[in-house]
Amino acid sequence: MRNLEQLDVEHPRSLEEAVELLAAGGQAVAGGTDLVVGVRTARQTPNRLVYVGQIRELKQIVHDSQGARIGAAVSHAELFESTVADRLPILRQALSTIGGPAIRAMGTLGGNAANASPAADGLIPLYLLDTQVDIFGPDGERSVPIQSFIRGPGSPDLHPGELIRSFTVRFPRENPLSYFRKVGRRRALVIAIASLGSLVWVDGDRIRAARLALGSVAPTVLRPARVEEALVGCDLNAPALADIARQLGDETCPIDDVRASADYRRRVAGSLLLDMAEHLQ
Amino acid sequence: MKLAFELNSRPVVLDVPPGRRLLDLLRDDLGLIGTKEGCGEGECGACTVLVDGSPKLACLMLAAQLPGCSVVTVEGLAQTGELHPLQKAFIDHGAVQCGFCTPGLLMASYALLQRHPQPSRQTVRDYLAGNLCRCTGYDQVVEAVLSVSRGGQRI
Ligand SMILES: Cc1cc2nc3c(=O)[nH]c(=O)nc-3n(C[C@H](O)[C@H](O)[C@H](O)COP(=O)(O)OP(=O)(O)OC[C@H]3O[C@@H](n4cnc5c(N)ncnc54)[C@H](O)[C@@H]3O)c2cc1C
Ligand code: FES
Ligand code: FES
Repeated sequence: MRNLEQLDVEHPRSLEEAVELLAAGGQAVAGGTDLVVGVRTARQTPNRLVYVGQIRELKQIVHDSQGARIGAAVSHAELFESTVADRLPILRQALSTIGGPAIRAMGTLGGNAANASPAADGLIPLYLLDTQVDIFGPDGERSVPIQSFIRGPGSPDLHPGELIRSFTVRFPRENPLSYFRKVGRRRALVIAIASLGSLVWVDGDRIRAARLALGSVAPTVLRPARVEEALVGCDLNAPALADIARQLGDETCPIDDVRASADYRRRVAGSLLLDMAEHLQ
Repeated sequence: MKLAFELNSRPVVLDVPPGRRLLDLLRDDLGLIGTKEGCGEGECGACTVLVDGSPKLACLMLAAQLPGCSVVTVEGLAQTGELHPLQKAFIDHGAVQCGFCTPGLLMASYALLQRHPQPSRQTVRDYLAGNLCRCTGYDQVVEAVLSVSRGGQRI
């Protein structure tokens, strides 16, 4: 076990100072809920940590009528309690399934995204809201869509010295229905076997538009474009969506691991779509 | 690093490595052994303490994250020498068996009642979901927390 105490931990006050320390070979730490466990189990071996959790710009949530900018070091609990979450029920639905209250008070959205886990629950709403990831680094600022920011499992699009500053989301027009469900072995503190989040716009019983995001059924969170298209014009009830549920299973590319087999995950993905129809209709 | 923070309403100043865990700082440096280490990986909740009013896990927090924070541990609940109403309720309802999980469960329950003085049974269960207990089966713990909220005591 690597001794955390031998690690240097810097605590810069400004973004500029943080970026300098990161460029010199430091690794960011915010809530520490992934990184501290990673260091203790020797899965991660940073030389030096840079604590970014007290940098003011990273702790802010600002919004106007169009959308919001959520600081990377805002904790899941802070975001859950914010007025922005009043506008975006999908945020509350997803965040409330992360760990338990203490993990939610410590863990941040920036840490969740930088981890780039296909099972990250905080990423599902970000994918559904077509989020831009705002990055700050030695060469200045850039913004990339969340789908290209997450390049693969454990592989965020961050160059040396860069950190996530914030997430910019647009409020969806005409408040859609929203759904989130994660399937695991028990209800709390689980890593998803499969999860589905969605925003669905309806005219009466008919689906006008739909966005879906699935966790743990592909190398990254998945927006199944073909299924989203196929849903347009369908009735929002389980029997009407049976064929599309099968199609959804085919659009995933899950793996076998200790938690579940690929085949089971494919079937759960389809079942989640039917469950969504039952809950939203 | 020189670390200044508040612990159970008293100022504390220590010279510690910035990567030292709050858990080791409490137990080994300050002799407050109420806070327990179960898993050391965030899974069991035995090390739950309050930091600035929120429940946090002392096994995952580093000294570098603490400057200026206010920490409350289980020792802070009974500072007057008299047990806190929650502690009495745990005893009265048989919510303590081996007791290893108890400090963490007390602090999580305390955080809950500060936010929701009148929680529903489901709210209590949801809020304590990060705290494992191998002995009681949880019902007694939930009853104890509900009895304090029914008693209407200020927490
Ligand atoms: C018991 C337990 C249960 C959990 N349950 C869940 C769950 O149900 N769902 C879920 O999705 N996750 C879960 N997690 C994982 C974790 O809590 C979350 O991913 C959390 O959001 C990570 O945030 P953090 O601030 O703690 O990250 P940290 O541990 O501080 O950092 C994680 C990674 O992100 C990097 N990083 C952090 N901030 C930035 C930044 N601003 N810019 C660039 N890089 C950055 C770090 O360098 C590190 O590589 C759980 C963890 C534990 C220990
Ligand atoms: S010892 Fe901290 S959660 Fe188990
Ligand atoms: S009383 Fe023994 S673990 Fe809870």
